[in-house]
Amino acid sequence: MKQFIGRMFSPKIARNLSGSPVVMLAIGAMAFMIVVSVLTPWIAPYDTYDLQSFNLIDSLLPPVWIEGGVWQYLLGTDDQGRDLLSALMNGLRISLIVGFASITLSALIGVSLGLLAGYFRGPLDAVVMRVAEVQQTFPAILVALLLDGLLRGTIGSSGGYWMVVIAIALSSWVEYARAVRASTMIESTKDYVLAARAMERSAFVILVKHILRNVSGPILVIGTINLGAAIMTEATLSFLGLGVPSTQPSLGTLIRIGNSFLFSGEWWLTLFPGVLLAAIALSINFLGDWLRDILNPRLA
Amino acid sequence: MLAVSLFCFGVFKFMGDPVIQMVDSDTPLAEIEAIRDRMGLNDNLLTQYATFIKNSAQLDFGRSYELRRPVTELIVEALPATAELVILSTIIATFFGLLIGVYTAVHPKGAVSAALRAGSLIGVSVPTFLMAILAIYWFSVSLGWLPSYGRGEVVSIGWWTTGLLTKSGLLALILPVLTLSINQVSLIVRLVRSEMLDILRADYIRFARARGLSERAINFRHALKNALIPVVTIVGLQIGSLLAFAVVTESVFQWPGMGSLFIRAIQSIDIPVMSAYLMLVALIIVIVNIVLDFIYVMVDPRLALAK
Repeated sequence: MKQFIGRMFSPKIARNLSGSPVVMLAIGAMAFMIVVSVLTPWIAPYDTYDLQSFNLIDSLLPPVWIEGGVWQYLLGTDDQGRDLLSALMNGLRISLIVGFASITLSALIGVSLGLLAGYFRGPLDAVVMRVAEVQQTFPAILVALLLDGLLRGTIGSSGGYWMVVIAIALSSWVEYARAVRASTMIESTKDYVLAARAMERSAFVILVKHILRNVSGPILVIGTINLGAAIMTEATLSFLGLGVPSTQPSLGTLIRIGNSFLFSGEWWLTLFPGVLLAAIALSINFLGDWLRDILNPRLA
Repeated sequence: MLAVSLFCFGVFKFMGDPVIQMVDSDTPLAEIEAIRDRMGLNDNLLTQYATFIKNSAQLDFGRSYELRRPVTELIVEALPATAELVILSTIIATFFGLLIGVYTAVHPKGAVSAALRAGSLIGVSVPTFLMAILAIYWFSVSLGWLPSYGRGEVVSIGWWTTGLLTKSGLLALILPVLTLSINQVSLIVRLVRSEMLDILRADYIRFARARGLSERAINFRHALKNALIPVVTIVGLQIGSLLAFAVVTESVFQWPGMGSLFIRAIQSIDIPVMSAYLMLVALIIVIVNIVLDFIYVMVDPRLALAK
């Protein structure tokens, strides 16, 4: 396992992996959450999408350790009698899917554009950089908000949560493109690229097989930062009612719904999704920090 | 700015027909055509764009589709609310951020420092809206000290309305500003700390220590000054994200600012308001960057020579 990580990313990461217990805890927490969300359709106590599986009689029950709670619904129920624990698991699943999908998509867009711009230069480079500049003057959340609104206006809500994925992806590709473009420009001048071109390899092959390997360092770092940001952005959008559709609620949606019940005393509907969201963000940020500290050449 | 205006104009043109949205469903076609002519929608694209630019420069952004009022009026009403919120948050966040950041850099091993660092990590990770909700719950509902929504009473000075001069206005300001600044403070603390840590290892710092300067003089006069450049950059960039988070905060606290305006515009696809907001945000960011450039020169005189 260590060798695998060492070869894929960087030998330094592998060496430091077993160093700090808190890091192992954070990694463990993330892994646990990912596993749970993948297995949710099978291990969730109730299916929150099945309208016949809950009834109003069980609505608004508190968590089991408070008077009135039952063991059946460990963390309580919402106003329709849905089990909060299952809703949390499904919400976590959606939040993580949207988060990972959007950073993968934005990495794809950003890295491709960066490679193309850095290798071919010329008008393509100029256009890409202009667009990147203009887009970067706006904060990513605002761009995501705007794009989401536009997508809704044109496509409507038939796209499910993919509209949010596209909106977030389009709002954060610039960092990848910038980093990759800079490295690509440097690598293009090196001898091995000249050799490949002399051997008449197609540009595509050169880019992917040779250059990509050497510029992929920063991608991981940017990716971890952006993962946290993507999940936050999705949660914020959903909280405002503009994110994932309410038929596929994410943690942000759950918090928004719980908000209406907070002041009448049903605090668990807001607190548990909120704590879970904060826990994810904490783990990701913590891991990102640790990763950056290790890969930071100045701290060597 | 030009690119932004192009984008806004493009969205304006291609997203829906403004006339259809403004008239009733049984208006005769001839009348609809007449309205389009009057509004200049039948001119060629370049003319329309030129008109758009000319109007924007005169701050005429048309009328909101949803509210039927001139967009400029809406923005002027909402701007002071957001401005107070954002400016106060920036001042508080920068002040405390610098202080705490320097402290955690100078005492890297202390327990207090570790606690502050953990606090800043949490401050960055907990989403703004969650903090807003919790703040409302504790301070408004449980303790009843502070109002949970709105701006309180405001005093009008010309076209500016300020909540700073009334007691209820000040009370209403506390929670939103607190919520907004926690995120910013955490970010600044982390940034200042990492910059200071790098600098404190530098040779000239060791030399100053050898010279016998007090720790305080070293930390503030020498180290902090050099750490300030990237901090100033980030604070400038943060203005953008502050505006974005203000949108969320305003929505939770029902603060009648530009953020709420923008959210409503997105929900009802009110294009004039959306494009005006975007242009305004772009303008603000451009102005902030220019001001930042001046601050750079003040902080690091070497940059003045480069010009």
